[in-house]
Amino acid sequence: MISRDIVVIGGGPAGLAAAHAAYEAGARDILVLERDEQLGGILNQCIHNGFGLHTFHEELTGPEYAGKFIDLVKKDGIDVSLKTMVLDLSEGRVVTAMNEENGMFQIKAGAVILAMGCRERPRGALNIPGFRPAGIYTAGTAQKLVNIDGYLPGKEVVILGSGDIGLIMARRMTLEGAKVKLVAELMPYSGGLKRNIVQCLDDFGIPLLLSHTVSSIEGKKRLEAVEIAEVDEHGKVKPETKQRVTCDTLLLSCGLIPENELSRKAQVEINPVTNGPVVDESLETSREGIFACGNVLHVHDLVDYVTQEAEQAGREAAAYLQRKGRENKAGEKLFTLKPENGIRYTVPSYIHPQEMEGLLTVRFRVGNVYKGKFLSVYLDGERILHQKKRIMAPGEMEQVVLQKKKLQEAGSGEIVIRIEEE
Amino acid sequence: MEERILTCIGCPQGCQLKIKLDGKKVLGMEGNNCKVGEKYGAKEVVSPERTVTSTVRLDSRRLRRLPVRTKTDIPKDKMAECMKELNCLEAHVPVHRGDIILKDVAGTGVDVIATRDAEE
Repeated sequence: MISRDIVVIGGGPAGLAAAHAAYEAGARDILVLERDEQLGGILNQCIHNGFGLHTFHEELTGPEYAGKFIDLVKKDGIDVSLKTMVLDLSEGRVVTAMNEENGMFQIKAGAVILAMGCRERPRGALNIPGFRPAGIYTAGTAQKLVNIDGYLPGKEVVILGSGDIGLIMARRMTLEGAKVKLVAELMPYSGGLKRNIVQCLDDFGIPLLLSHTVSSIEGKKRLEAVEIAEVDEHGKVKPETKQRVTCDTLLLSCGLIPENELSRKAQVEINPVTNGPVVDESLETSREGIFACGNVLHVHDLVDYVTQEAEQAGREAAAYLQRKGRENKAGEKLFTLKPENGIRYTVPSYIHPQEMEGLLTVRFRVGNVYKGKFLSVYLDGERILHQKKRIMAPGEMEQVVLQKKKLQEAGSGEIVIRIEEE
Repeated sequence: MEERILTCIGCPQGCQLKIKLDGKKVLGMEGNNCKVGEKYGAKEVVSPERTVTSTVRLDSRRLRRLPVRTKTDIPKDKMAECMKELNCLEAHVPVHRGDIILKDVAGTGVDVIATRDAEE
């Protein structure tokens, strides 16, 4: 068995930023495992602009953003194995992988960084009745067909779900000559960024039907039409609102699910809200030496935040290796983060103040649209943050920054994050 | 006098901007909660601009398409013409991120550049 200091699973934006940050923090023996034939992950097919406003203060396309990190990893001389599929990860950090060159092999890793990203919710998980004809794709599959393979999957398109990839594909397919008839969204609000609604739908006069869904699919060999209907407040179809819309393509943009099969194999504890690992302040999972970052941890809307999080994971993994042999965190003071009253989850879930960097970013999402409400943080019952927010929405990740000093001074117990009326 | 209604993209709030204008002159704006909306609205009604991103054919052994973009924003009403010109184009390897693929697209004075490397 080979042994490596740090093994990064996944060579997308999270894996690349984590590997580079670990290198900067002094680690040298780093290996990135990537199943695709190139680095960059999903950014390779996200050819639209709008990436990097926070990181580089300019608007880049996906391939450009990825390119900058690929260059850094190459310059560092970090080892990369492409076309390499990781099959198993054990609690003791033994990575089992395979590729054409070496067949099946095992690596004993000093630290592992999980950066496998996420995948789209498929049709099978949506319970749409009807036949199973050709012409139904997830938005990301259509994106790959158009942007990487150069095929237009259809000419008359209906999109279900107003996630960002669906909105982006509405514009992309319109520019390539397809007719996008409408976007239907089950919820009474869109999960996509405002900017995408304006620039991808409004610009081309594509209607967005909120509180609508696809209630039936028509066509045996090829999709011929879908039935669109309004839903009531419980998400149930109102039969009198059904209308038939002819189309040859249905794109699904109905949410992303972190890809945690490997994490589960390693017995990593998973948060049922995010479907990603439960982590502490160091982005370390419930298994020692296994760290997580990016969309495998929780689904992000901006790659800039993935980069920040992954850089932290890289630094923490390097620090973990340097302090090895020291007593572990188990005996230290511990705070539990409790999301309440409109906050769905937080990352991290636990904080050991002694292990924190000077400032810690806590990321979270809210469960509904809140206008003019207050965001409050309580430390041991004392309110330490009270901030008026013009708007908070499920589609936009929020964050608060905690200070190490404040937590060290406090006892140990709970940190509550909640939305309040005043 | 004309009235236009736009959604501001400055933040998730998405204020509905009601803009009164006379030809190309903004006479007044309602609905914006901050200065970002004012600036966005004024630009958007007079000369809306967008970056166009697409792909062009590529003679590479590994990649079928080369992703490209306009180097800066171009007028919104030139987008269709820009796409037309890009669809007639083939790029050649080796090509690097930032290389100019097409000069002065659709008479806008703006170049189209490659957004990734392709060596072979």
